[in-house]
Formats: sequence, C-alpha cells, structure tokens
Amino acid sequence: MRTLPRLLLMIGVVIAALAPLAGSAAAQGTTPTDDEVNAIAKQLYCPVCENIPLDVCPTQACAQWRDTIRLKLAEGWTERQIKDYFVEQYGARVLATPPAEGLNWLVYILPPVAFLAGAFLLFRALRSWRRAAAAAPAAPAATAASEDPYVRRLEDELRRDG
Amino acid sequence: MTNMLPEDAAAPRAKPRWGVILVWVGVLGLLALVGVGLIRTQQGPVGVGSKPAPFTLRTFEGAEVNTADLIGQVVVINFWASWCEPCKQEAAELEQAYQQYKDQGVAFLGVNYVDTEPEARAYLEEFGITYPNGPDLGTRISQAFRIRGVPETYILGPQGILAEVKIGPYTSLDEITRSIEAARTSQP
Repeated sequence: MRTLPRLLLMIGVVIAALAPLAGSAAAQGTTPTDDEVNAIAKQLYCPVCENIPLDVCPTQACAQWRDTIRLKLAEGWTERQIKDYFVEQYGARVLATPPAEGLNWLVYILPPVAFLAGAFLLFRALRSWRRAAAAAPAAPAATAASEDPYVRRLEDELRRDG
Repeated sequence: MTNMLPEDAAAPRAKPRWGVILVWVGVLGLLALVGVGLIRTQQGPVGVGSKPAPFTLRTFEGAEVNTADLIGQVVVINFWASWCEPCKQEAAELEQAYQQYKDQGVAFLGVNYVDTEPEARAYLEEFGITYPNGPDLGTRISQAFRIRGVPETYILGPQGILAEVKIGPYTSLDEITRSIEAARTSQP
C-alpha cells in the first residue's frame, strides 16, 4: 500500500519536470497562418509594384516581404510593431492608409468637407428654387387662358357635359 | 452720355463674397499641389551635371558612410536588390571594379533598394561583394535620385557632380571602367 503514494509522487515530479518543455514546444508550434500574414500584408503596398496590395502581389520582392511578416509574427511582434518596422525600412508610402500627418491630413479632411459643402450648396439651390416658384405669378396664366375664346368655350362645354 | 438711375445711385456697394473667394483659393491650392506632385513623378532620374544632395548610408555592418565626406573621390553608387535578376548580371563585375579602383580614389557604395535583410546579405555573400552596402532606409536615397527601378548606377565626379548615369545593368567590366574613367576626368 505504501507504493501508491510513492508512485503518485513520482508522477507528479515527472509532470513538473516536463511542464516547461511542453510549454516551449507549444510556443514553438505557433506558426503564423497565411490568413494572419495576409491580414497585415493587405494593409501594405510594396513600392516596386505600386497599386497592388502586398497580400496578392506575385513578385519575388513581395513574397520576401510576406516572409518577413511571417517571421516577425512568429517572433511575437504585434501588427503595430510590424507596420512600424516596414515604415522605418521602406517609408510611410508602403501603408495602404497614410498616417494622418502633414499634407496627408488633406486625404482625411477634404472628402467630408467637399461632401458638406456640396450638401450646403444643394440645400441653398433647392431653397431658392422653391422661393422662386412660390413667388412666380400664377394668376396671369389663368387669366390669359380664360381670355382665350377657344379655351373659354372648351371650359363651358366641359362644364355642361360634366 | 449715360444717365444714372436714382435706384443705381442709392444701391449699396456689393460686399466681397469671402466664402466664394475661400473656396476658389482652396480649389486652386489643391490643383497646385496635384500639379507639383505630377511634375515630380514625371521628372525622371537626376541628370548628368546635377549635384545630388549628400546622404548617409548605414551599412549592414553598422558603419555610416556620408557622401559629403567623399568629396575629392569618384563615388560609384549602385542601386540593387536581391530579388532583381538583372542586378546579378553586374554584381561580380562591380566587385571586380571595386578591387581594381579601391586604392585609386574611387569609392563604391551599394544601396539596397526595397529588400529584406537576410536575402540581401545572402546576395552579397553569393557574389563576394566587399564594398560598403546598406539598406535604403525609408527609400530616402532612391527618392533623392528619383530612380525608376534597379539596377541603376550613378557616378559622382570628384566635386560631387553627377558625371555618369547607367540605367540597367552594366554588361561588362570594361563598360564600368569606361564610366569611372569618364567620371574621373569630368569637369565640374
């Protein structure tokens, strides 16, 4: 009966000794998937092949860049760190969305400003058209129509038939 | 002779429409920006006779080379990348030329364009390149020279004036030496 506690103790010691190894094996096994790599790659553009996002660019240069992303992810780098690394290496132009600084601000400010200005102009134009329509003399037309003998006769006929 | 109507005489002077003026200034400013951008992109590489701004190249070994310190020497600046097949055609010849001229007042600099470091180092090892090479951090150097691709080689004369430009790979050692000799004898 004394062998059971001893056996349990030995198993406990063995598990305790192997636990760190199991942990490191698990850490080494976290190879980034293509989806994880492409999630970052699609936010980057290689200057060699402009207008083609990195995740779909077929050139060797872009393949090397994707390998770099995979390597950095495997090393535990975050998305922000990887993007910062690429900016440092190749310049801010590799980013799909330019950082909001300097003249880049125009990219973020101009579209909403242009939209609001367009909406304002449209509102003013519509308002002036409605005012003009309301102020237009409708009576003279009716008067002119009733003065026309043919129209008057037609209206009389219609009234009589109706 | 014109007669001014009483209503015209009494009409107040029209106020300047600042909103409209502001919008036009904005639109013209934007057009100017776009124009400057287009001119820049259409400029092409720097030309012979111009004086490129000095730059600092941080080599893969960590050393810093500033072209301002190389005044008095002919400086061969080669833009390359490991993924660039034509670059491989001239790599060995460039190293041969470096070995031939390194003690004759000719400096060589390799600027690694849009590349990844492990592949770039492997390339240097493959072709046994020993002259200073480093990454073009932030693509600042290639933008200053307005390169269109790789390989491209720019040779500065002793006064820092651009004396020779080679777009595409050198086809032989002889072609490289001819370019260097022409740069050595170039006048500012």
